[in-house]
Amino acid sequence: MNTDQQATTTPPVLKRLFFAPPGQEDSGAWNWKGLLAGWLPALCLVALVFYFSFHQLAYRWNWPSVYKYRWNLFSGWGVTIGISLVSLLLSTAIGLLFALVRRSPFLPLRNFGHLYVELVRGTPLLVQILVFFYVVADSFHVENRYAAGVLILSFFSGAYISEVIRAGLQSVSESQLESARAIGLTRAQTYRYVILPQALRLTLPPLVGQFVSLIKDSSLLSIIAVNEFTQAARDVNAVTYSTLECYLPLAAGYLVLTLPLSLWLRTLEKRLRFET
Amino acid sequence: MRLSISSLSKRFGPHRVLDRLSLALESVHCLALIGPSGGGKTTLLRILAGLETPEAGEVQLDGTAMRFEEAALQRHRRTVGVVFQAFNLFPHLTALQNITLPLEKVHGYAPAEAHEVAMRLLARFQLAAHAAQKPAALSGGQRQRVAIARAVAVKPRVLLFDEPTSALDPEMTAEVLDMIRELGAEGQDLILVTHEMGFARVVADRVAFLAEGRILECGTADQVFNAPVTESCRKFLAAVLKY
Repeated sequence: MNTDQQATTTPPVLKRLFFAPPGQEDSGAWNWKGLLAGWLPALCLVALVFYFSFHQLAYRWNWPSVYKYRWNLFSGWGVTIGISLVSLLLSTAIGLLFALVRRSPFLPLRNFGHLYVELVRGTPLLVQILVFFYVVADSFHVENRYAAGVLILSFFSGAYISEVIRAGLQSVSESQLESARAIGLTRAQTYRYVILPQALRLTLPPLVGQFVSLIKDSSLLSIIAVNEFTQAARDVNAVTYSTLECYLPLAAGYLVLTLPLSLWLRTLEKRLRFET
Repeated sequence: MRLSISSLSKRFGPHRVLDRLSLALESVHCLALIGPSGGGKTTLLRILAGLETPEAGEVQLDGTAMRFEEAALQRHRRTVGVVFQAFNLFPHLTALQNITLPLEKVHGYAPAEAHEVAMRLLARFQLAAHAAQKPAALSGGQRQRVAIARAVAVKPRVLLFDEPTSALDPEMTAEVLDMIRELGAEGQDLILVTHEMGFARVVADRVAFLAEGRILECGTADQVFNAPVTESCRKFLAAVLKY
């Protein structure tokens, strides 16, 4: 056997595990038995790892102490949902605006958009929160830390979203614009009726992914004492010294929000793939 | 229609696509533009469609001169219909919506009215069954016929075709050409860039031969096809009619 052949043939085990032949990928149809058979081993494996780890640790659980403060956690969870929802809307608007700014025919405006995106994407959110809250928000007299938090988060997420939307806009072909021009649509109408609807289909999956990140990123607002979910968990921990009993529900609380989004994202991806 | 073009010039970079092109037709119903690729046919059509601006020259359609600044061009585009080689339907809209979009958003039809006009056109061209389908679900011929219906729906003073059948199979070509012919017979003014010489001969009352950015020959189909005067037109026809 020559070496060339060796390099191109994949071991059967790897092939079976990772490279499905065409037509045998996940079809996306709901099949309960198959779903159970597929998920059970994975769940068991994860459970086993954690069971073993906690067993080794011989951790002494103290749930009642944290349970007393459950309403603190719930209200923090509510604040996280609120902040995420408002930021989600605001960051989409900002993302759309900057996607358009970066396509502007006016060079300085375009560069401004570029600068914004690169600065935000290239620096840690933690630093952005500190700088904007203690310096910028302060000088602009944004006193409310919730408002400041939402603004910071929205501008952070907006930079990523603008890139997602820009890629979507760019994917709409030149001939579509020509066609829109030929039938007499104005520039604004072309965006509204031709470009955006087509771009949206492509941007929706990455957009949902960005929203998942946004929800988790909101936890960093705890450093400016916004009383969101993570801050609540830290507060409760400070009183009860039951770290895991505080942080495990914290993880579960975020998962309850992000998991449905991720699942929705998967079905979206499948639907869009089969439609066009 | 009355069409008069005088010393129209257009260049892309160093390439002179239209070179002081002139044409005067007192009364023409269907004008076919023929000639070798790169001769300027498509560019001329695009200027007439208001999609391209010439460097110099003048175009008069039915006595009114075209003005080449964006606002005027936009008004102009609303009065003509354009059909492209690659159909250029909007993929996210159904066949019906492709037709109603310009009616509603550009020409101010009420939604019900636009729907009625579009359905009548679709029915007339045996496309009613496909009204709710997206372009991806249609055959090439059906797509092009929807595109033509979209262009006709707004009652343009002239319909412009840019090689409307070049992307189609022979049998689909026939269904599209039938439709264009029918529109012409009804009195719709047409200008078409085409490589379908047989079709041009039957439908066009004037044929213009374009090469090197100029109109080298223009006359009735009979004159141009049977008694070409210039050498390059003779050569071109000999080459395309060989098989």
